Amino acid sequence: MKLSSPTGLVSVVVFMFAFGFMLVPLYDVICEVTGLNGKTAGQYEGEIAGDTSKNRDVKIQFLVNRNANLTWGFSPNTVEMKLPLGERRETSFRVVNTYRKDVVAQAIPSVAPAEAAPYLHKMECFCFQQQPLTAGETKDMPLVFFIDPELPDHITKLTLSYTLFDITDTVAKTKTEKPESKIVDHS
Amino acid sequence: MSELTMTTDHHDHGPAKGIGRWLFTTNHKDIGTMYLVFSLIMFLIGGLFAFVIRAELFQPGMQLVDPNFFNQMTTMHGLVMVFGAVMPGFVGLANWQIPLMIGAPDMALPRMNNWSFWILPFAFSMLIATFFMDGGAPAFGWTFYAPLSTTYAPPSVTFFIFAVHMMGISSIMGAMNIIVTIFNMRAPGMSLMQMPMFVWTWLITAFLLVAVMPVLAAVVTMMLMDIHFATSFFNAAGGGDPVLFQHVFWFFGHPEVYIMILPAFGVVSEIIPTFARKKLFGYHSMVYATVSIAVLSLVVWAHHMFTVGMPIAGQLFFMFATMLIAVPTGVKVFNWIATMFKGSMTFETPMLFAIGFVVLFTIGGFSGVMLAIAPIDFQYQDTYFVVAHFHYVLVPGAVFGIMAGVYYWLPKWVGRMYDEGLGKMHFWLSFIGLNITFFPMHFVGLAGMPRRIPDYALQFADFNMMASAGAFIFGTSQLIFVYLIIKAARSGETADQVPWESAEGLEWTLPTPLPYHTFTTPPVIEK
Amino acid sequence: MRQIMHLFGMALLVSSGSALAAWELNMPRGVTETSHTVYDLHMLILWICVAIGVVVFGVMFWSIYAHRKSKGAQAAQFHESTTVEVIWTIIPFIILIGMAIPSTTTLIDMYDSSESDIDIKVTGYQWKWHYDYINDGVDFFSVLKTPKEEIYNEQEKNPNYLLDVDNELVVPIDKKIRFLFTANDVLHAWWVPEIAIKKDTIPGFINESWTRIKEPGTYRGQCAELCGKDHGFMPIVVKAVTQPEYDKWLADQKAAGAAKAAEADKDWTLDELVTAGAAVYQKNCAACHMPDGSGMPPAFPALNNNPMMQGDDVTAHMEVVINGVPGSAMAAYGKQMTAVDLAAVITYKRNTWENKTGGMVSPADVQAFMDK
Repeated sequence: MKLSSPTGLVSVVVFMFAFGFMLVPLYDVICEVTGLNGKTAGQYEGEIAGDTSKNRDVKIQFLVNRNANLTWGFSPNTVEMKLPLGERRETSFRVVNTYRKDVVAQAIPSVAPAEAAPYLHKMECFCFQQQPLTAGETKDMPLVFFIDPELPDHITKLTLSYTLFDITDTVAKTKTEKPESKIVDHS
Repeated sequence: MSELTMTTDHHDHGPAKGIGRWLFTTNHKDIGTMYLVFSLIMFLIGGLFAFVIRAELFQPGMQLVDPNFFNQMTTMHGLVMVFGAVMPGFVGLANWQIPLMIGAPDMALPRMNNWSFWILPFAFSMLIATFFMDGGAPAFGWTFYAPLSTTYAPPSVTFFIFAVHMMGISSIMGAMNIIVTIFNMRAPGMSLMQMPMFVWTWLITAFLLVAVMPVLAAVVTMMLMDIHFATSFFNAAGGGDPVLFQHVFWFFGHPEVYIMILPAFGVVSEIIPTFARKKLFGYHSMVYATVSIAVLSLVVWAHHMFTVGMPIAGQLFFMFATMLIAVPTGVKVFNWIATMFKGSMTFETPMLFAIGFVVLFTIGGFSGVMLAIAPIDFQYQDTYFVVAHFHYVLVPGAVFGIMAGVYYWLPKWVGRMYDEGLGKMHFWLSFIGLNITFFPMHFVGLAGMPRRIPDYALQFADFNMMASAGAFIFGTSQLIFVYLIIKAARSGETADQVPWESAEGLEWTLPTPLPYHTFTTPPVIEK
Repeated sequence: MRQIMHLFGMALLVSSGSALAAWELNMPRGVTETSHTVYDLHMLILWICVAIGVVVFGVMFWSIYAHRKSKGAQAAQFHESTTVEVIWTIIPFIILIGMAIPSTTTLIDMYDSSESDIDIKVTGYQWKWHYDYINDGVDFFSVLKTPKEEIYNEQEKNPNYLLDVDNELVVPIDKKIRFLFTANDVLHAWWVPEIAIKKDTIPGFINESWTRIKEPGTYRGQCAELCGKDHGFMPIVVKAVTQPEYDKWLADQKAAGAAKAAEADKDWTLDELVTAGAAVYQKNCAACHMPDGSGMPPAFPALNNNPMMQGDDVTAHMEVVINGVPGSAMAAYGKQMTAVDLAAVITYKRNTWENKTGGMVSPADVQAFMDK
């Protein structure tokens, strides 16, 4: 089959259409490896690894955003902390559902500078799951993490931001088709 | 269909009569004509939208339209011009000229050819119908960035997506037809390296189309799924990423830019040698330059996205790759000038358009080099400087390319000469009008005017007024072109078989007026 | 080299007539180290392009002039020369490398991620900006100040037409300021030409950029990414001041925040609320619902003669204003406005045009609603 025959060309078209979709996982992989766009990886499994001998302190700053004019309360319980590389830390974020109805929230993490994103390892994060909140509920949501000792030397401070999205409608929409929503896969 | 079966029974008969000729035709000449007429109509409609834009921007303050309608105008102007005017215009030229230039009796897949044209009127009717829908037409720019085009889009976005799908299918079929025709139907003895430049550039364009139009189809399909099937390709809430949209879109979008300009390179490479009475300089390097432009165009897309916050390595890669495109593009410009150098030039309308093309496209190329430099692109990105840049490469680039081709081949197509005086008037008015329109946009852009705004600060007022005045000159002078074509087709003087002294190529070996079927016996290629 | 460039610049300036025109012609040089580098790089590339243009077009116009058939020119026969073609492939390549080197160093400098003195989070909203001084607990919205009358040509336009906001972003000079960008709804881009920052704000993601402003002054910019209807009406104003002035401003902001909170406890009368509400309405609501409440149906419903504004069910009305209407352009103003402003605007809408309920909603009512 020659590339320039009609069948060859049709297969190029089909391939390129599929390629368009293949760009999605490809992009996610590139993001995870390079920290493009500040995306962080999923749950970190295993031990704290890396050369801890550098014994350097870095600052981490926690930021929150509410998407689409959400009126919910959402704030970090610690605004900023200083910690040695390779040390496991715990902190938490408080969310208040100010609506008079049950909702489902999803937090999306992002790191600045984006270059630091692959070095932030989260063992436990509220962003791994959808967070159902009953009307008026207040909840402290945990985050357990450490910063990789391999963090490039010129980075002394990083910002971890969570944006809270209201996904109540989306969850209701997909529930009938897919009980296990794939929504949290990337975060 | 019976008409068609009948017509293929005998040779040397004319076309079928009535509307059926156009609906059912499989003749490359008829289809080429339909594409070109369609392109002209779309050019005028898109121009009308531009009129509304420039009228609103004539003075600071909101005068004529509301901001939302203004956004609909900028969006539809872009979509109609890119997908309705420029692309079908070049496909029209290809349909007419490729069989004539390679000595083929018709396109290789004539029925598909008919189909690929007839999809277009439906696609654009659907697109334009969105104006009358609840919430109005798409108002998110021709680049339709998510989430403005997904979560925040008007309901008409679904029709927009289907319209884009249809345009895409039409372009892909057109491109496949061109590739198959060029590979299989060249006159015996014509090697690839003997093909005219126009055929070469279209071959490469067609490969680009086949490669990237499906990616456009993929990106709008993802949008459709995000909007209606609760997926999250571009929605951060579900783990998606709005920036991913831009990556996929520009993976299509940047080659698209070259899809719109490469065939114009080909047209100009035909015209300049004719009127310089000298062979095209550096045919081989022209071919190689075109191929390298096409290949590079696939790896530079993110230079449209320098401000999204990429890692520095990414910025540097896309900056260097983009700058590299200047090399083969430069080679082309130098070759055209070397062709003119020591020639014996005359300046009929096609040549005027071709020279206008070389000069103004090069200016657009210079601003392109400036835009490629990432750290200073931060200051240019999404300003009128960008608007000036791409209008310089698209109006005197793509549009002049199509017009030059029409003037050049019209005597062969209709068998009659156009009015040279009117043609020159059309050129000069267009040339002056477009420079008055687009040159000041460089200044307002540098001074800080963002694009796609319906109203602007007072320091931009003078140049905007000037641009609007220029747009009025440019726009109205296109009516001359319409009148000129009608006049030539109806009552022009009978053209000679070779209307241009020293024009070379198989198309000029055919008699004038051109029979309905040509090269039913393949020509003999010398050499 | 730089001097020559300035000479050229001066020539351009003189030939164009006035200093005002010069400002309109070119990129501003700006007030930061980065913006100066960017400006110089821009001028360098521009003049390289001009020089190439002069040579290329020079040859072309000369042959158009000299090699015309009407002048009796005979066409030469050459159509190939490998040497020439190699030369004009290599020369542009070398020029490009010359351009790439300064560009790369500038870019690396822009990516400097060392620690800053002040962190400010910038959030793009449809269609306004929100600034959050992360470490000082000061945050506010910054909204277009140009009145509708100027936009609709009923009043003469002031010199800062469309480039004026109610609350400027105040920053100290000579301090490293780090901006963190994000968005609330769609993409926006924060751009101030004089400090040479343009960054997209993306919902769900943060971007960063930094600056160190050298001169006090007011620097104006605009949103640079199409973000919907009022994309052209969300300017940015940065006011750079000295450190003492900045400290005073910051203290004032904190005090004002406390005063605002106290205001809610005051006893408000219907007339006071309607008057205050009219101003809030013009600033926040009139763009979509129109100054006369006629709206732009179907996207933006009319408020005049709207049953919700005329009926007794105040709660429904508060629900819409405070929590917004999901899936529509109606934002939730609960987190964007004080209880006083919310009460004022709700009361105003219930007592203006043809909506004459005569009833009022007090700040305490609003607070109670939000606390529930």
